[in-house]
Amino acid sequence: MKLKGAEILLQCLQKEGVDTVFGYPGGAVLPIYDALYKSEIRHILSRHEQGAAHAADGYARATGRVGVCIATSGPGATNLVTGIATAYMDSIPLVCFTGQVGTSLIGRDAFQEADITGITLPITKHNYLVEKTEDLARIVKEAFYIARTNRPGPVVVDLPKDVMEKEIDFEYPEEAINIRGYRVVKGYNSNQVITAVDYIQKARRPVIYAGGGVISSNAAEELRELAEKRKIPVTTTLMGMGGFLGNSYLSLGMLGMHGTRYANYAIGECDLLIAVGVRFDDRVTGKIDTFAPHARVIHIDIDAAEIGKNVEVEVPIVGQVKEVLAAINQRLEAIESEELNEWHETIHRWKEEYPLRYGDSSEGRIMPQHVIEEVYSLTQGEAIICTEVGQNQMWAAQYYHYKHPRSFLSSGGLGTMGYGFPAAIGAKIACPDLPVVDIAGDGSIQMNIQELGTAVQYRLPIIICILNNHFLGMVRQWQGLFYGGRYSYTDMSHQPDFVKIAEAYGAIGRRIKEASQVREALEEALKVKDRPVVLDFWVEREADVYPMVPPGGSLMNMLGGD
Amino acid sequence: MKKHTLAVTVENRPGVLTRVTTMFRRRGYNIESLAVGATENPAISRITIEVTGDDRIIEQVTKQLYKLIEVIKINDLTDARSVDRELVLIKVKADNSVRAEIVQIVDIFRARIVDIGRDSLIIEVTGDSRKIEAIEDSLRAFGIIEMVRTGKIAMIRGGK
Repeated sequence: MKLKGAEILLQCLQKEGVDTVFGYPGGAVLPIYDALYKSEIRHILSRHEQGAAHAADGYARATGRVGVCIATSGPGATNLVTGIATAYMDSIPLVCFTGQVGTSLIGRDAFQEADITGITLPITKHNYLVEKTEDLARIVKEAFYIARTNRPGPVVVDLPKDVMEKEIDFEYPEEAINIRGYRVVKGYNSNQVITAVDYIQKARRPVIYAGGGVISSNAAEELRELAEKRKIPVTTTLMGMGGFLGNSYLSLGMLGMHGTRYANYAIGECDLLIAVGVRFDDRVTGKIDTFAPHARVIHIDIDAAEIGKNVEVEVPIVGQVKEVLAAINQRLEAIESEELNEWHETIHRWKEEYPLRYGDSSEGRIMPQHVIEEVYSLTQGEAIICTEVGQNQMWAAQYYHYKHPRSFLSSGGLGTMGYGFPAAIGAKIACPDLPVVDIAGDGSIQMNIQELGTAVQYRLPIIICILNNHFLGMVRQWQGLFYGGRYSYTDMSHQPDFVKIAEAYGAIGRRIKEASQVREALEEALKVKDRPVVLDFWVEREADVYPMVPPGGSLMNMLGGD
Repeated sequence: MKKHTLAVTVENRPGVLTRVTTMFRRRGYNIESLAVGATENPAISRITIEVTGDDRIIEQVTKQLYKLIEVIKINDLTDARSVDRELVLIKVKADNSVRAEIVQIVDIFRARIVDIGRDSLIIEVTGDSRKIEAIEDSLRAFGIIEMVRTGKIAMIRGGK
């Protein structure tokens, strides 16, 4: 069959099971958009390419499938960069198609030419420049395979305009993928599993430290079984939220810089640390020499390069988290009921003594944490919570109890302000029946507020909760704590009327200044079915996120929350 | 800290070297020497990299290299029984009064004179790093005008 490159591309997408793509047209991708015009694939038009990348990312996180976005050459492609880097840091499977100038113009500084494969080299799992239409189908197939297997990540495929225009005789390459330098990890070292089981059964003060790998490996059930079989307390990273039932008696909540005191103390005192799908990030470990100082460490991860990168481990196990946990569980004997009593009592005492808590407003304003508590009270974990970055993100991690994997979408590694709202668009399109709430700050929301246009166009009832303190709150908090209270350029009092902005776009906007109205406003917003709702909560201006490990400090020395 | 020689087998495609060197730059590892070239298989190239580090650094370098899709295999030739060679060209000051002496040094090291100027010679040396450093030391007294050195290439001995 004679097909144009662009038509081949769309056929390949359908073969990969892609039904939705996020994108923004432009000169170099005109052939692709022409093919999309008559295609069954649903295209969601963002208002900025960054929005398309984050929406594809939100779609991927909410479903576990590969997210797809399209942008034109030059500025279209460079606008994807933050979205690609966000996905890379959090190991999210994306395939990003970028337009490129014609092959005869490449390297000549043509109009809207950018070396996007060069630019994205260090922030992609792999990337391709397709030089011949004949190579296109194989490359697309490889791109999806690489994006979703092993440790997932973004792949960029750069598509010159003439490669998309050219017509060739086409037959879909049915043969299996064979990439010499890339093998999917199968199995695990069973001796290490036996050692791990032995360590787990001998531990008197074990802790599980679970991260994003539990979610990307769909291993929440195996994790629950491990924890319950041996009654092991579980702390999750920001990326691991939802990987373990947040209100389980075994849950310690989040660890690290803004983790709970009891999670961090448990790390400090444990004799065995079972690290599952994590990478010992500096925001988690604090001062690395004082992290889990009394513990033997079991580290399970799909990426061999993560093992031993930041800490030495006694039992390294490279493999699919799901498979390895299942193997451990199978060999593990259920615990005698009293074996870990002393440890549980110690943790219980910490939980009693240092619960997450916050004070009353000094100015009669809404406390931001209260908004999150009400969102939880009304949705009970049956919602997808997206966040921006900063205080809003930490409060959303602390005060909402996540129940399901893929219910907390947040830029953990890169810390991208402006991520949450477009990610919420992707999540809502993937999961139309679940409430989707973006917890935002007044700073972050302004970074991609143009996506209100997208959310209104596609009638997406996303609730945006702006915790509006008229500050870049997290930076202000650090200026207060570590820079003598000099609030350098963090005052955001000059801001638009968010209610009017919402209304101008055709969304619903509402400003809430009284704590007594928070619940009712959220209840009303949850009833809306056909458009986004912007709730502008005017909160306590100088509320801080506590407790806190000062940067570079030990997890045992936390500020606040005591 | 020890100098390691890594033989990295890669797909012979544009941009592969950039991927490898970008990884070194980004992770903060320093390449001491680098040689890239064809192998017996036209689809495969060989990059020989010298990098200094303790075991942990070398392990990370190796793992990070393996994550590159176009890297096929990595051999650490440091402790292996291997042959390694570098090539160096040295332009040395050589008027008539010292020429004979220089020629003698060249003979001892089994090097070659590849160009003769009025007051200078160009000497070609191949060998392992120690030999090259030794001849360089011997010639320094005459005045080295210019020197250029390739990266190291290496191969495991025997049938492996």
